[in-house]
Amino acid sequence: MDPDLYRSLGLTDDEYDAICALLGREPNHLELAMYSVMWSEHCSYKSSRRHLRRLPTSGPTVIMGPGENAGVVDAGDGFAVAIRMESHNHPSAIEPYQGAATGVGGILRDIFTVGARPIALLDSLWMGPQNEPRSSWIFRGVVSGISGYGNAVGVPTVGGEISFEPCFRGNPLVNVAAIGIAPIDRLIRAQATGVGNLVVLLGSKTGRDGIGGVSVLASAGLGQVEDDAKRPSVQVGDPFEEKKLIEACLSMLDRQLIVGIQDLGGAGLTCATSETASKGGTGMVIYVDTVPTREPQMEPLEIMTSESQERMLAIAEPSKLEELLQLADRYEIEATVIGEVVSPEEAFGYAEVGVLRIYSTRGGELLAEVPARSLADDAPLYDRPIAPPADLGEMRSREPRLGGDWSTIQAFLTETYFDPEWIYRQYDHQLFLNTLVGPGADAALLRVAAPGVGSSSSALGVSVDGNPRWCTVDPYLGAIATVAESALNVASVGADPVCIVDCLNYGNPTHPEVMWQLSQGIDGLAHACDVLGLAVVGGNVSLYNEENGIDIEPTPTVTTLGFRKLPTMLRPYLAQAHDPIFYLGTVPSSLSGSALARFADPKAKGSLFEIDLDHQKRLIAATARYVRSNEDGEIGLVRTIGRGGVAALAASVVRRYGVGVEIFSEFSTLEKLFGEAPTGVVVIGGNGPMLRSIAQSFDLTLMEIGRCVDQSLVVFDGLGSLSVAGEPVTPR
Amino acid sequence: MKTPVVGIVVFPGSNCEGDVAEVLTGLGAQVSFIWHTESDLSELDAVILPGGFAHGDYLRPGAIARFSPVMSELVSRANRGLPVVGICNGFQVLTETGLLPGALQKNANLSFLCEEAVLEVASVDSPLTHGLTLGTTVSLPINHFEGNYTCDAATLESLQEHERIIFRYSDNPNGSMDSIAGICSAQRNVVGLMPHPERAANSITGKTDGISLFTSLLTLVR
Repeated sequence: MDPDLYRSLGLTDDEYDAICALLGREPNHLELAMYSVMWSEHCSYKSSRRHLRRLPTSGPTVIMGPGENAGVVDAGDGFAVAIRMESHNHPSAIEPYQGAATGVGGILRDIFTVGARPIALLDSLWMGPQNEPRSSWIFRGVVSGISGYGNAVGVPTVGGEISFEPCFRGNPLVNVAAIGIAPIDRLIRAQATGVGNLVVLLGSKTGRDGIGGVSVLASAGLGQVEDDAKRPSVQVGDPFEEKKLIEACLSMLDRQLIVGIQDLGGAGLTCATSETASKGGTGMVIYVDTVPTREPQMEPLEIMTSESQERMLAIAEPSKLEELLQLADRYEIEATVIGEVVSPEEAFGYAEVGVLRIYSTRGGELLAEVPARSLADDAPLYDRPIAPPADLGEMRSREPRLGGDWSTIQAFLTETYFDPEWIYRQYDHQLFLNTLVGPGADAALLRVAAPGVGSSSSALGVSVDGNPRWCTVDPYLGAIATVAESALNVASVGADPVCIVDCLNYGNPTHPEVMWQLSQGIDGLAHACDVLGLAVVGGNVSLYNEENGIDIEPTPTVTTLGFRKLPTMLRPYLAQAHDPIFYLGTVPSSLSGSALARFADPKAKGSLFEIDLDHQKRLIAATARYVRSNEDGEIGLVRTIGRGGVAALAASVVRRYGVGVEIFSEFSTLEKLFGEAPTGVVVIGGNGPMLRSIAQSFDLTLMEIGRCVDQSLVVFDGLGSLSVAGEPVTPR
Repeated sequence: MKTPVVGIVVFPGSNCEGDVAEVLTGLGAQVSFIWHTESDLSELDAVILPGGFAHGDYLRPGAIARFSPVMSELVSRANRGLPVVGICNGFQVLTETGLLPGALQKNANLSFLCEEAVLEVASVDSPLTHGLTLGTTVSLPINHFEGNYTCDAATLESLQEHERIIFRYSDNPNGSMDSIAGICSAQRNVVGLMPHPERAANSITGKTDGISLFTSLLTLVR
């Protein structure tokens, strides 16, 4: 075969040879296309899988872990919580609205594929500077896409994070997490079992959109002239179709009409058929002419690799077909039998495995014949070269310096201020009446409840967090700090964290420094999760985040989930003059990795703070315990440290509550004020005696670092004071 | 006292039906979901059209829902006095159907808005407000892209003259004419409002201003 053909599909010479060896012959064009999408970086994790094995994936509450469509944990009372996180970075760079919208659609399908009703979305957005028109266009488009799709599909967006950094100028990060609730006995796996069972395609017709999305788009860098020509590889979403699909699928599961179900996402039908057959240990036969298409004369190759949205593949017993079709009719979705499950067989040297056969029509020409497992599971695993950057030592030897320039600090606190309300007022964040603490807080707190499922006696806390500023200084310690921060955020709404899902956003894996960042990042996540007792129940790896050959800063983002008893009463606390300000935990001692350092001395990196995870574990437990004590009285305002440290937190309190904040001179050093080590919690107002007693029993330091005052200024005793009046940054 | 039975119409794309049902059952009502292809409304004391995106809001919100089979029976019963309440998308469906005058266009700032709105009770002569006090305020969330109420001058004058405006925004968020957040029909039994009272009925967070609207409706039909 002409090497140009398989190379243009993203396959290397070695990969092509491996396909020939697996089949014992050259693949035909359809087979080649199927391998090219399934063996893409996006679907096969071929560069990262070796490293991902180091993550701890089990825990006492874990019901489903990585490898399923979503992670699932036991929430008690017979309820299960499904959680999943995915990136849609590349599509969002090319077509922001549809890229973000279909990211939402895809992640929701992963949730109801395990039988859970999606009840919440969160998003982690990393964008370019908003004074640049293209970055602003991307940001506006992404927020509109999440709003347009999420609101219409009827799933509230309850939290998220936003930050702006130059490295995301051409390659933004759009990471979306979704949460679902299911009765434990309705959970279902994505497998094709039962020889003779029917393969039923549900939902949208198959079109020419999104062909090669996983290989051409998601597994290659951006910045080339032909980026705009990739736009047809971005799928187009229809939230109404998805809403009908959710209702139809959950209803089919309630009535036990299907034995297995898989969503069609990246790599479309090829992925869904080969994965369900591979997991079920069966073969499968598909008749392409039965697949409903949007356009006439679509090639089998297009039908098998199209990434048209809002489609599901269900496996059903023949006796249940009629009822299934009736339900599909009620919900106004298409349902078409496109094939059947067949026995595994001895073929291609795979003893007792299933073969996926694609026919033109029933009884017609055989178009493709490949072992299902070879597509789904046998992509080559790469042990790519790993090397730290050559200038690592030099880079870390220079700590960021600020000098005594107060105007820089004033500018940092006012010019970089962005009010996320601009984003979340565009999102329905209240549907289902679950939102007890919503966007704008350090974490969301939701009832564990869903329409048609009922409500439990517990609540879930959830937070999504990432930090490229930390990870670019030290990808290992930065990843640890990311988990430490996220878990503490969950504790700030009173929940005990139990698991995470992650999105590993890195640059080009053929760059040895990127593989070093990835490997270090995974080690950091693994270590933090081990010590903090968190299971990694799912995740996604996004590589080739680069523009014109320049990699993004390493950005693992994590979504942490925790549980607490449902509170009986929860009132937002309004900070007022004379409130004491407490700090529980250890105080930041360095500016390395901080947003202020990035603003004032961008070249210097220094040595990132190192987190004592045993201390962090006590801090998390103490914070959750203190917040839960609200049932017995006032706890004040409990906040974790984020971008800009205690100083930015003080500024946000002044903006939000109109009071002033005075920080005492003992705390008024740049490191303490602007350092971002997530090793402390600030409590404003609240129950001093209770805090002292909890601090003592968890062996934590508690100090009073300031107080709220009448005049609405931020005052750092001994350093200076500033007004925070002024308009927040908004996209153009 | 009889248990009121409230029908909640569910179109493909509706999404607030479960929330409305949860609040109503919590207040002692019996709830019956009416799929949009059904047409038997005979056992119902009142009907609510909940929020969401009926038929995907294709064409424009409510434009296709008005042709759903349930609507002709609903119109005929509404004309005979059945209390009908449209919340958010339900309000849009009622204006498209002609049960309420005017239309809801895109918000003046051309952005979706999900936030708290303070409303002034402008009339207590409606199924949703007869238990409230004229001139007082309630705080309810809004959640819409097309909530900007508009109508012709004669209609507005008539709405004002007959006190058919039942809620006005204290701080108009979406450009609605005369700050209109909710209106009722000439017979006063059909009510539409953009804010979501079911989202303000939570004893945990203490946002409970929406409860009095539902108790008004239930005591009327009880």
